[in-house]
Amino acid sequence: MADVFEQVKQIVIDRLDVDESKVTLEASFKEDLEADSLDVVELVMELEDQFDTEISDEDAEKIATVGDAVNYINSKQ
Amino acid sequence: MKDFLQLQDKHIVIMGVANDRSIAWSVAQSLHAAGAKLIFTYRQERSAKKLNKLLEKNEMDAAVIQCDVNDDESITSAFAEIKEKFTTVHGLVHSVAHAHKEDLNGDFIDTSRDGYAFAQDTSAYSLVAVAKAVRPLMAEGGSIVTMSYLGADRVLDGYNVMGVAKAALEASVRYLANDLGPDNIRINAISAGPIRTLAAKGVPSFNEILSKVEEKAPLRRNVSAEEVGDMTTGLMGALSRGVTGEVIYVDAGFNIIGIG
Repeated sequence: MADVFEQVKQIVIDRLDVDESKVTLEASFKEDLEADSLDVVELVMELEDQFDTEISDEDAEKIATVGDAVNYINSKQ
Repeated sequence: MKDFLQLQDKHIVIMGVANDRSIAWSVAQSLHAAGAKLIFTYRQERSAKKLNKLLEKNEMDAAVIQCDVNDDESITSAFAEIKEKFTTVHGLVHSVAHAHKEDLNGDFIDTSRDGYAFAQDTSAYSLVAVAKAVRPLMAEGGSIVTMSYLGADRVLDGYNVMGVAKAALEASVRYLANDLGPDNIRINAISAGPIRTLAAKGVPSFNEILSKVEEKAPLRRNVSAEEVGDMTTGLMGALSRGVTGEVIYVDAGFNIIGIG
């Protein structure tokens, strides 16, 4: 769990250019991390690549916070 | 050793880098390795940010200029700026396309008039407009390359209005080739196999297409953006000096396959 969070965190920091302290499990991509819709697609693609998984559009729409992403990855592994 | 490409210090405009997955970015890396001097254009601020970060990370020195291909004034001012800074241009890579997401879901027959016009304007007319803008700068001759896809001549579920726009793009390449030929300006399209870019993520059946190509293409694999980048360098360079008006497939041979 902690590992997945760390990995997701690094992806978010790198893709969204945000400060590490802002990337908490509760942080919302769109509101707290100021991601636009393309940023979210980029994040999803990065998650797919790094965790070798496929995230459908419907599932991707449900990922709103960093915690949602971590839970999604954990549920697939 | 003979310099086959003759791209050293040539000025090449690259339109359409959105992030590091963009085909245009792989094109840039290939042309950079061949010694070309690059000029990037972007539409959205977010792309400029990504681009500057990528250039910094790769220690590449290049000009970055705003250009909205849906807007004639923006095109005019972008190419005026390019002319002022570089005087001549030897190559241009057009790797730009867009359609409304709702037009890629469902049936093609339901495409709205607006959605149809928007896809054509952004993805096909934009090539005509930039070819016209760059022509006076290509006083020493030049090469233009645009990116197409198999959906231009075959039906691929979910590609819909973009397939029709790519068909117009490929036809535009032929007519432009005839107009630009007397000025020793060549123009060709590359029809790339499916590549996981930000734009491709908008095509609903994309993952299915990827696995089908891997299974059926003569090379039994998908192509990489780097391979498309290298073919673009080939079409920019002197080795291809006799080629214009063509659509070149960089797709592991998938387009020749009959019954899939």
